[in-house]
Amino acid sequence: MAWVLLAVAFAVLVLAVLGSAAFRSVTVAERLNAAAAVVFFLAIVPLLWLVPGAGETALDHEILLDPFGVWVLVCLACVYLASSIYGIGYMRWMHEEVDRLHWYYALFAAFALAMFLAPIQNSPGLYWIAIDLTTIVSAFLVGFQRAPESIEAAWKYIVIVSAGLSLALLGTVLFYWAGTATFGPVYSMTWANFAIMAPKASPDLLLVAFLLVLVGFGTKVGLAPMHTWLPDAHSEGPAPVSAMLSGALLNCAMLGIVRYLNVLHHTTLFEDARTVLIGFGVASLVVAALFITRQSVAKRLAAYSSVEHMGIIAMGFGFGGVLGVVGALYLMLNHSLTKSLVFFGSGNMMHAYNSKEMSAMRRIGTWYPFSGGLWLLGAVAITGAPPFGLFLGELTVLRGGLVSHNPWGVWVMGALLVVIFIGFLSHFVSMYFGSEPLHVPTLKLPRLNVAPMAVIAVVIVVLGLWWPRPLWEFFLGIAHHLGGA
Amino acid sequence: MAILHIGSVPTAIISLLVVVALILSFVMLGSHWIRNHIYAFAAESWVIGAISVAVGIYAHIPELYAIAALTVVVRGTVMPLLLLRISDDLDLGREFTPVLRPSTSLLVGAGLVVFSYAVADRIASQLGPIGTVALLALTAMFGLKLIGFAMLVLRSGAFSNILGLLVIENGIFLGSQILVPGMPLLLELVILFDLLLIVSTFGLLVRYLKTFAGTTDTRDLNRLVG
Repeated sequence: MAWVLLAVAFAVLVLAVLGSAAFRSVTVAERLNAAAAVVFFLAIVPLLWLVPGAGETALDHEILLDPFGVWVLVCLACVYLASSIYGIGYMRWMHEEVDRLHWYYALFAAFALAMFLAPIQNSPGLYWIAIDLTTIVSAFLVGFQRAPESIEAAWKYIVIVSAGLSLALLGTVLFYWAGTATFGPVYSMTWANFAIMAPKASPDLLLVAFLLVLVGFGTKVGLAPMHTWLPDAHSEGPAPVSAMLSGALLNCAMLGIVRYLNVLHHTTLFEDARTVLIGFGVASLVVAALFITRQSVAKRLAAYSSVEHMGIIAMGFGFGGVLGVVGALYLMLNHSLTKSLVFFGSGNMMHAYNSKEMSAMRRIGTWYPFSGGLWLLGAVAITGAPPFGLFLGELTVLRGGLVSHNPWGVWVMGALLVVIFIGFLSHFVSMYFGSEPLHVPTLKLPRLNVAPMAVIAVVIVVLGLWWPRPLWEFFLGIAHHLGGA
Repeated sequence: MAILHIGSVPTAIISLLVVVALILSFVMLGSHWIRNHIYAFAAESWVIGAISVAVGIYAHIPELYAIAALTVVVRGTVMPLLLLRISDDLDLGREFTPVLRPSTSLLVGAGLVVFSYAVADRIASQLGPIGTVALLALTAMFGLKLIGFAMLVLRSGAFSNILGLLVIENGIFLGSQILVPGMPLLLELVILFDLLLIVSTFGLLVRYLKTFAGTTDTRDLNRLVG
């Protein structure tokens, strides 16, 4: 049953890509894409119940279905659904691009397809290729508007990420080489085989390989100091693309780092590797805190918040233990949802005030009481305030940190979270309660641009008040598998 | 560690080819004529193809012949032609943007290769006697990687960025042919295809840069900061 659903999910995405490209009609493409997103969501969510706890492989052991991968797919399905619906309204604002808008939908579905392929790869090499494909497809989405800024962002994105991923490829080759001592010159490259060979391999070689992989996929995750492409790409693409990049893609890349970390679980390097991950997490929080405080562009603010969230999630996996891993997993979904909400809100307000600058957006509550209110709610949620899901997740990570080998991380993280909270919300205070705007916004927001925000707002409040017991147990299973318990 | 167990003549041949590939990357690092750069890249790809053939013969891995043929066709012929077309379209003759003079660049490259040797030697010393070829392959792998990064850093032309990335890729491919000749064939094929895709993407984006941003010098791409 699980495999049937996975095949359905794959098939609808392929259909959406081909259909959007073939029919050359915007109306067909936007509906096709939204329908694909709905079916994809319905196919992926039941996997939470159906996935076998220990994982299962198919297609000659090429495809892996395990709880961690499914969880990343669930995050992807939520973001894809929300941004496909929001995107219909948003992209209709781009009248001048109408001739090639169907390409946008084809690329959008292709982007989802590439991200769908990454977590289900049983081979680290094919996982690398899936991540590389996401870069190629999304670079075109980032540069879709053909403004000088968009093209600049797309260029920086693809050069920096390709350079980073080449490091990850080198690391992958070195991991495979390390395994030839155990398995002989030819063996199948799988996560499981890597985990078997690691305790017997040379520690120096493994250390070099792991650091290469960590820096490589860390570039894609946006861990500082490899994050430099992230604010550009996330702020210059259309808002639905920003949501997908931030909410779905970063998780897909984080999955690779965690799987490689897990490979080292029974080696002497494990503690050091986790500490390095925490170090990158702290660096990301520092960078995010500095740039959030001094930010002037709405979407870049949200982009730096992604750097922050990925830093916290990296620290959660770095702390390890049951609480660290469970907290990080809960954060993944809440990050996906909340970040989408904030990017949607930014996209709406950018068009309403006809500016990217936050200084132009003033008195939002007066002109847009409902959608503006949702955006404000998202901003409060994103900084980790209660009663939202991110708060529960961050609290769990902090608790995990206290019982870990690196309790110092907890204090650094706590202090930086306070700075980010103040810095982030001070921008919103000015946007909602500042002086009168120079240009009064007259744009009426379409329902499609507000409805997904409202639904997400409800979900994150529910997740903040109630952590479903079955979900907790699902995470415990993953934590156990990742060596947390 | 499964290392090639081969005689002294094959060792000499493969070592020679690796050194030639490494020297060709210095040609790229020192030359500021885009055309020479592309020719050196093509030549390096052919040398890597030759390495695949040599390893295939002496280690008895016939799949490597197919890989070698594909390397020569894709990396050694199609990709350089694609790059030549892009550079002609953009009317690029010379890279005018180096931060350092060619001679200084070469010195930097030499330093990077020495550093690579130090890292490779450290890893090799832990693995026991692994033989010259593996040590050399590891050195070339790290060395080409660092030289590629140096090219990314020291030159700001968008086209040079592509070439830098290709040198990095070549280094990984060269090393993997010698260290892990048994790496799954599927993976190597997909990586080749992926590379072709990424070069086409770069080509398209460079044209967009020229048309919509009005420059192909990445130093002028300074709209997005902070």
